Amino acid sequence: MPIAPSQYDHDVRTSDSEFPASDRTRSEDYLWTLNFGPQHPATHTTLRLVLTLDGERVVDALPEMGYLHSGFEKLGEHLTFNQYVTVTDRMNYISPMANNVAWHCAVEKLMGIQLTPRCQYIRTIIAELARISDHLLSNGAVGLDVGAFTFFLYAFYQREVIYDIFETLCGARFTNSYTRVGGVSHDFTPLVVQKIRDFVKTFPKTLADMERLLTRNRIFVDRTKGVGVLSKEAAINGGASGPVARASGVPRDLRKDEPYLAYADFQFQVCCAAAGDCYARYLVRMQEMRESLKIVAQAIENLPAGDVHIGIDQRTSLPTKKQVYSTIEGTISHFELSMANRGFEVPCEESYMGTEAPNGELGFYIVGDGSESAYRARCRPPSLLHFSLFPQLIRGHTLSDVVAVLGSLNIIAAELDR
Amino acid sequence: MQTPTPMPSTPSLTTDTSDVLQLLADRFGALDTSSFRDQTRIVVPESESLEVLAFLKDSGFDMLVDLTCVDYLEYRGAKRRYGLVYLLASTLTNQRLTIRIFVDDPVVDEHTALSDGPAPTDKPMPTVRSAVPLWAAANWLEREVFDLFGVRFLGHPDLRRLVMPDAFTAHPLRKDYPLQGRGERHNFPILTRDDG
Repeated sequence: MPIAPSQYDHDVRTSDSEFPASDRTRSEDYLWTLNFGPQHPATHTTLRLVLTLDGERVVDALPEMGYLHSGFEKLGEHLTFNQYVTVTDRMNYISPMANNVAWHCAVEKLMGIQLTPRCQYIRTIIAELARISDHLLSNGAVGLDVGAFTFFLYAFYQREVIYDIFETLCGARFTNSYTRVGGVSHDFTPLVVQKIRDFVKTFPKTLADMERLLTRNRIFVDRTKGVGVLSKEAAINGGASGPVARASGVPRDLRKDEPYLAYADFQFQVCCAAAGDCYARYLVRMQEMRESLKIVAQAIENLPAGDVHIGIDQRTSLPTKKQVYSTIEGTISHFELSMANRGFEVPCEESYMGTEAPNGELGFYIVGDGSESAYRARCRPPSLLHFSLFPQLIRGHTLSDVVAVLGSLNIIAAELDR
Repeated sequence: MQTPTPMPSTPSLTTDTSDVLQLLADRFGALDTSSFRDQTRIVVPESESLEVLAFLKDSGFDMLVDLTCVDYLEYRGAKRRYGLVYLLASTLTNQRLTIRIFVDDPVVDEHTALSDGPAPTDKPMPTVRSAVPLWAAANWLEREVFDLFGVRFLGHPDLRRLVMPDAFTAHPLRKDYPLQGRGERHNFPILTRDDG
């Protein structure tokens, strides 16, 4: 249905009557409005804030989103369970591996597929590497936005190392599409294991350097401490999860609370802070990187031997290329799983599986109708709920704090809008 | 085709919800309860949805994890069209509970439903009561459901579209909305520099 031009102009909120500010705001005409985004270097992604300012003080903020809406959930109803993993890459693109894991864990829960121990360990390792790379970027971006450029470069150098590991693992650096139903696309090779071991050895030194650069830096602490305070009650009530909730004193971590994959096997701490400000979120993320590294170190040294997929007889995962080309069972299994009317056995049921993604609880609510694609593939995006908290975090702070708060919430517009 | 290997029963931590279900049954009578992969689901009639949600919030389910909707238009055996899903969790006991509320399109005169006349906010829509008074998290989640499914939430403080443009008239995640075709970029009017 074409949209008439007169309606088309309607989106731009210029008239005062449409601006849902308080009555007090409307009567005081010295307040002025600043349009922050959708294209702004400090939003990092495509999102828009309409700020009401009193001098430099933010009186109110109106978040606008939808600039990157791509209908991912609608696509999920038309792509098969294995195809859709490429779309999850594009949701939170700074930690695509974690999205891959979240999607296929949810699919496997719906289908009732139990992974092999090796696959569980591999997925745990890559999910934790994704967490490290996410926290490096989000903390690095907070540093960048408040003026610590060197810190960002230290962080991004280590992200490159993780990209290299992923490239060695599956050929793709950025959008990995690594997981498959019942398995992963490539098994760990000795080279990958060696690269991860090297990373585990070298990364703590960089992390210590980064902490020395910023954690006690007077300028950084002044810019972030006491800014954007989120109380524990507001965090729970607003649906905050992940580092944002933990920095506000909510001890909720799905890796501990509902152990999935192989998390029950490892020793690690849940990192919490009580202050709930930008500085606390920074500290929680820094500490979580150390804990993630502990998990990776334990997992890589105890990596179980055996198959990464369930056997081809069970028909719960696509066989490897070698099996397809050299065995008749592999060929049959491959064709049956790829054909539209055979495929995986999907119950006419619905289930939700939440995982502890770097940004918070990333879950998929999948409705199966027996066909090769989901009837409904709902993604529970942590960024959406965090972004809705933004106005209450920024009220009363200055314009320069906007970027600090936005960076510490780690809003990813592609995940926000989907 | 062989059946997939069954999911091993995960060690039951504190995720048992039977005590809450008992309390709920004492208060509201027998509700339609089912379970799938350790996930307890309760179907609540729309008339007492908010009461049940408020009761559950007081019984410890302090977090609204997600609120979404499923359009059962083409689903085999489905009797109601829209199923709202409330995923609740407790941050203290780690219990989870799924609340389902089913609603239908209101019955309207065909002529008013088909004409493009009324603004989107005046169109007849299935209606439920908003959960924003209970959880602030419901605010944007309900806006998203309103935007993509066209379910109106009574008592919502700011029920505007969330991701689609305000001028958009349809609800794209409904099953009668095609994947390709309507509302796409090539259908938009081309604005030249002279028009602006």
